[in-house]
Amino acid sequence: MATPGHAPRSSPERLVSTYLGMPGVPPKPAAEPLDPLRWGPTFPEAARGTLGDAQLRTNLRRATRTIRDKRVAVTAELPDWEALRDAGAAIKADAMERLPELLEQLEVTVTARGGTVHWARDAAEANRIVTDLVRAAGAREVVKVKSMATQEIGLNEHLEAEGIAAHETDLAELIVQLAGDRPSHILVPAIHRNRDEIRDVFRTRMPDAPAGLTNEPAALAMAARAHLRALFLRADVAISGANLAIAGTGTVAVVESEGNGRMCLTLPRTLVTVMGIEKVLPDFRDLEVFLQLLPRSSTGERMNPYTTMWTGVTPGDGPQDFHLVLLDNGRTRALADEIGRQALHCIRCSACLNVCPVYERTGGHAYGSVYPGPIGAILTPQLLGLDDADEATASLPFASTLCGACYDACPVKIDIPTALVHLRDRALHDGAPRRPTAAGAAMGAAAAVLSSGPRFRWALRASALAGRVLGGRRVRRLPWPGSLWTAGRDLPALPVRSFRDAWARARRTDGRGRP
Amino acid sequence: MRIALFTTCLVDGLFPHAAAATVRLLERLGHEVVVPPGQACCGQMHVNSGYPAQAEPVVRNHVRAFWPVVAGEWDAVVAPSGSCVGSTRHQQARVARQAGDERLAVAAERVAARTYELSELLVDVLGVTDVGAWFPHTVTYHPTCHSLRMLRVGDRPTRLLGQVDGLRLVDLPDADQCCGFGGTFALKNSATSVAMVSDKADCVQASGAEVVTAGDWSCLMNIDGALSRRGAGVRAVHLAEILAATRGEPWRPPGTRPAAARSAS
Amino acid sequence: MTAREEVLAAVRAALGRGPDGEPASPVPGGPRAVHVPRAYRVATGTAPGSVAACDLLEHRLLDYRARVTRCGPDDVAATVARELAGAASVAVPHGLPEAWVDAVRVGGASVLADEPGRPLGAAALDRTDAVVTGCRVAVADTGTIVLDAGPGQGRRVLTLVPDRHVCVVRADQVVGSVPEAVRLLEAHPDRPLTWISGPSATSDIELVRVEGVHGPRDLRVVLVGP
Repeated sequence: MATPGHAPRSSPERLVSTYLGMPGVPPKPAAEPLDPLRWGPTFPEAARGTLGDAQLRTNLRRATRTIRDKRVAVTAELPDWEALRDAGAAIKADAMERLPELLEQLEVTVTARGGTVHWARDAAEANRIVTDLVRAAGAREVVKVKSMATQEIGLNEHLEAEGIAAHETDLAELIVQLAGDRPSHILVPAIHRNRDEIRDVFRTRMPDAPAGLTNEPAALAMAARAHLRALFLRADVAISGANLAIAGTGTVAVVESEGNGRMCLTLPRTLVTVMGIEKVLPDFRDLEVFLQLLPRSSTGERMNPYTTMWTGVTPGDGPQDFHLVLLDNGRTRALADEIGRQALHCIRCSACLNVCPVYERTGGHAYGSVYPGPIGAILTPQLLGLDDADEATASLPFASTLCGACYDACPVKIDIPTALVHLRDRALHDGAPRRPTAAGAAMGAAAAVLSSGPRFRWALRASALAGRVLGGRRVRRLPWPGSLWTAGRDLPALPVRSFRDAWARARRTDGRGRP
Repeated sequence: MRIALFTTCLVDGLFPHAAAATVRLLERLGHEVVVPPGQACCGQMHVNSGYPAQAEPVVRNHVRAFWPVVAGEWDAVVAPSGSCVGSTRHQQARVARQAGDERLAVAAERVAARTYELSELLVDVLGVTDVGAWFPHTVTYHPTCHSLRMLRVGDRPTRLLGQVDGLRLVDLPDADQCCGFGGTFALKNSATSVAMVSDKADCVQASGAEVVTAGDWSCLMNIDGALSRRGAGVRAVHLAEILAATRGEPWRPPGTRPAAARSAS
Repeated sequence: MTAREEVLAAVRAALGRGPDGEPASPVPGGPRAVHVPRAYRVATGTAPGSVAACDLLEHRLLDYRARVTRCGPDDVAATVARELAGAASVAVPHGLPEAWVDAVRVGGASVLADEPGRPLGAAALDRTDAVVTGCRVAVADTGTIVLDAGPGQGRRVLTLVPDRHVCVVRADQVVGSVPEAVRLLEAHPDRPLTWISGPSATSDIELVRVEGVHGPRDLRVVLVGP
């Protein structure tokens, strides 16, 4: 605490960065995560930290509300929006049912057009494949298009360890990479940073940042343009993800805004695309559904500025060496769950994050995964498996009030609340029998009471007794676990008699409640 | 009509005045109300907390208690709760199927098909929006998430409130935002839940209302708890209690007279 | 087992099929395993090639802060020349109408032709001020122009690196909806496709939209009226 009359002491981060000669923009989160798919403490614990960050909450509130309003406006102007959602949901469900055939077909069509298809069981295998391809191309650096799949496998960190520099080229990803942060949003990974922080990151970490750089978003974007242009022109290898791939034709698509995607997908000689196996769609015609659902749901635009589609290799136009890496990394584990598998329908639009009241308060870092928000709460635990899940992973399905805003917003109608409830059961009961917990015992006792009218009546009498003792006073503080309620709320005044007892006193009943 | 009251466990134990108000309202409209004594709970808490296996006997008891509505003994079942009705419609059959009991699942679906949330019953089944109520206060309405998005009750509650004599209805800013209750979420994620409900309490206060109402005492309990903690002086009153109030029998704070008092008279 | 075999076996197992399980249905193009309802609109109220379609396209493009100039079929070359004002060097793709190329020359700009066997390099294009192309199809509803590398549209790099893109869209190329465009494009799904909706943009900083990042910052559409 600052003492009156004295200058405030430097924060610990400030001291450390001064001593290390590092610029004064501490990364968020501070610790280097071990696994991009799940790092940090349990959700409630992590949320306590982010809830206390007033600046973060202001940034998030403004940002999620802006994008929410835009989405509502552009989806409402389509009279057939619900029909598009129905079609999108059905196309995805169909693709999952036929996944083996579609993947084999995709391999055939991509190969026939001069591409090479690789298969990766897990993150380590995918990272090895990509590293070998970069080496074979003789490159020591790569340019990258924003990609959730490559974040999920920690590709940048792996490449760095192998002596290959991976340059993120999406503006937000660049900010996150320069700051040493973890992304906190699927679409806007630097949503947790405001313009002042971003200017400071650029000033201190971008060697060619212009002198006198202001905090104007346009000025910051131009600084990024100048910084990246040289990289685009010299890079021999690009790495991308894919928004979707068409089995019938071998066409792969990347949907973007800034043109960094086009640069990466056009200029380098070699292109390596890492794609989750669930991204495959059957037919070219299915594009007409997803090219309407995705931009309107994600950025709230009628169409995103740029979409690039390529089919294998086109002689003389774009990369002449194309590799598609098909990634499992837990997806087949999720597919095995008949309720949970709908998480694989996700098209990464992030509409569910923007409407989620929990996400709006806690931010993405509380979820401790590259997949934050409601979709992350059902996807991350399934990708990792729930048989021997750690406490942090098992806490994710509980990070929701089940308010249902995500389900309404989802362009492919993923029933996230139902999946959450189902995964809560799995998080508690999957795997080897666990030691009995206090919560489990309480639920068992509650079930005994709540499955019989007479037993419930006796329980209510105990509560009414407490009501008489309190005489209408409201309890403001309880010991744990009641303290979790009274942390911010008073208890209601307890009645002196339950409804059923009052009713029984008032009316003689004939056993069916008839007077 | 003969209507069975599905009291819900929370209202039965903590908010008996809301059940009494529901009875009073329906009787005033000329209907007969029965209260099946075997009822206890719909099973929602167990399902939403990740204990569907333990929910199975709870669901079985609920279906048994309300089966007469399928047998034709009653015309409908009503609950003063959107989320409990949502649970009967969207969860009970699933719980039964997961437990391998297809017969129970089908029975649950049949009971659920005749189970209504209060505003649904009034507007859709009984065809009334003016229930002859009098409530001379400024009121704001919080659409609870499950009534809004699971049951899609839409504007039914505000249509009912709009016809209440003396009532001035004011908009609640960010009305469609969750209050942060979420059952055990309020405990498991206490800090986040408190952050959410304190935003909701801000909005209630900003609305300028003297009374905040909703169709669910669960969410109201959360909002009311936060308002009480900050001494806001805004009261939480269930929709049924407002609709039950008349000039002859005006609304009074709970505890100032016995629950179901009119039945006794 | 190879990774390929193992992943495919895991997918089959997850779907409850045996390792050599029968497909749920024949491969793409064939019947679906799940019925797909396609009750959404293909044709909209906006007839392809109509004045209404052109008006809507213009409105949408302006919304993205692109520049739109309408002209008649006889004024294309002159309009293109005007839209290139100030550009000292202009790249032109193979197959661009000669009259447009001549108009560029008349305007005094040096013309860099991208020809088969003599492709322009990225570095050269980075020093080029503008590019002129046609397009394959445009979508009125979304303000989108699609290039498929056909004659007069050029290789993808051409419309990417120069900072100004002047794109000529004929009214008969304007369709109403995204499905109408997809159904035209599916005749040649193998061609590289670039869907362009306005100049490049970002909203990555506080969700403030900034037009002009890496792709052309200046998109000028010449809409040739019916």
